[in-house]
Amino acid sequence: MAEPLLRIREISKSFGSVAANVDISFDVAEGEILGLIGPNGAGKSSLFNIIAGEIVPDRGEILFAGQRISGIGAVACAKLGIGRTFQVVRSFDSMTVLENVMVGAFLRARRTRAALRRAEEVIALCGLAGRSDTAAHRLSPPEKRRLEIARALATEPRLLLLDEVLTGLTPTEAREGMQLVRGLRAQGITIIMVEHVMEVLLPLVDRAVVLNLGRKLMEGVPAEIVRHPEVIRAYLGDRYSG
Amino acid sequence: MVGRAGRALLSRRRRELFFGVIVLALLAALPLGVHGAYLRGLIVLALLYAGLSQAWNILGGYCGQISLGHALYFGIGAYTSALLFTRVGISPLIGMFAGGLLSGLSALLVGIPCFRLSGHYYAIATIVIGMMAALLASNWDFINAAQGITIPFHGEAWQNLQFRTAVLPFHYVMLVYAALMWLIAWVIEGSRWGFHWRAVKDDVTAARSLGVSIYPSKLAAAAISGAATGIGGALYAQYVGFIDPESAFDLSLSVLIALPAVVGGIGTLWGPLLGAAVLIPVQQLSVAWFGSAAGGIDLMVYGALIMVLALSRPEGLVSFFHTRARQEVIDHG
Repeated sequence: MAEPLLRIREISKSFGSVAANVDISFDVAEGEILGLIGPNGAGKSSLFNIIAGEIVPDRGEILFAGQRISGIGAVACAKLGIGRTFQVVRSFDSMTVLENVMVGAFLRARRTRAALRRAEEVIALCGLAGRSDTAAHRLSPPEKRRLEIARALATEPRLLLLDEVLTGLTPTEAREGMQLVRGLRAQGITIIMVEHVMEVLLPLVDRAVVLNLGRKLMEGVPAEIVRHPEVIRAYLGDRYSG
Repeated sequence: MVGRAGRALLSRRRRELFFGVIVLALLAALPLGVHGAYLRGLIVLALLYAGLSQAWNILGGYCGQISLGHALYFGIGAYTSALLFTRVGISPLIGMFAGGLLSGLSALLVGIPCFRLSGHYYAIATIVIGMMAALLASNWDFINAAQGITIPFHGEAWQNLQFRTAVLPFHYVMLVYAALMWLIAWVIEGSRWGFHWRAVKDDVTAARSLGVSIYPSKLAAAAISGAATGIGGALYAQYVGFIDPESAFDLSLSVLIALPAVVGGIGTLWGPLLGAAVLIPVQQLSVAWFGSAAGGIDLMVYGALIMVLALSRPEGLVSFFHTRARQEVIDHG
């Protein structure tokens, strides 16, 4: 088997007395869609932000394409090819959709025209072509999620971190979102998705890692996950397990 | 191949440039229709402040770092050029760039510690540093302390930036300055740096996730803004022929530099010019009508005007000219 694109090795992180992540280890293969699931407070967001370079872990290390990235910071992670979205959308509200995405495109493009072309490309890919000239804050919530994805894609990432991009969508919107994610993987982008709703995530991912109370509960293919009694207990309580 | 939305953006920028050339031509022709030293002097001052405020706008408007200490850079530019001219005999045409260089460097020095602060704390720190500089300048004998520097008349010559009829040539000097500042802002708006700076202003966390280095971005904006302000200070020194800590380093000057951009439209191409065109005449006329001695009535009128503008047009005077589509972006505030 080829070297995994991302190796997470014994990551621990505490905020004060709260242990958000304890000894988390797993690998993500190139071209894979990996789900990161778990109930509220499982430590998904913390781990997600550690991979994106926004939070420095207390212990452990993360290797991206063989290079140690834990502690190098969000800017360096972006430059190496890790793109991300935010759970609470963070659009640049003084700019249009096109301008928002151009900020991302300028990571690789030096010239304005090149950035423009790249931005238009990913805007079309994300189904926002008709909205390019719209002010970012005018977008509907699902459109804002798409803008987040477009902006991250404009940086030409090898690994894309999606934070609850399918949460709160109507079934139609969620289906369109899933198509978009599959399309991205078809382009060779490796994807880690965080969701706390399992039904949304499991049909989409190759494998999932389940977190509970800061620890890794298990990892496996979707069929294994849904049958696992520990997972059912974590999500639904003791009454439903076994 | 650039698509439809991209072409719209590029053609909007070309329109701005075209419009800028027309405004430049109109302003160049303005002395033909305006006579009298007083009115012409008013316009020279308005052009100077349009340039200064645009220089401020680079950092305050585009990058979102509100500085209330720009008098520091103005003063360093003015003093450097004036000292080089009076003591060493170096032409202000060279001296203003030396002044600009020193101002830019000092903006970096201020930025290195102060950009570790965020939001209002940065603004407060710049006020304090500006006031400290004013105090130092008033007590530093090498630069004549509180007495200031008088620039003697060396005869009418462009290389001295001195003219017997001081107003008309300075109309063009200040016009070139304001036009260059406008052009710098126009270039920045369409460039990688401009996009990075606006991203820093809107959301630093999102900017970082897209590979934008926050601290270097702020420092670059500050250095350019400071240098551009220093050049304006040097021009002012040659125009007035006398500078002292009161006229070159005072906190009120920092406010005057920031105000046209804020009132005209912060972070916009035309805001500083529009703001200066309204504020400078009003300020000068209210002094003329009510007298600066009459218990500060001039300042009350001035303050009232700014309040009315801020309440009725919070996004600045430029919003009178916006198309609906552009307005949507700005409305958010």
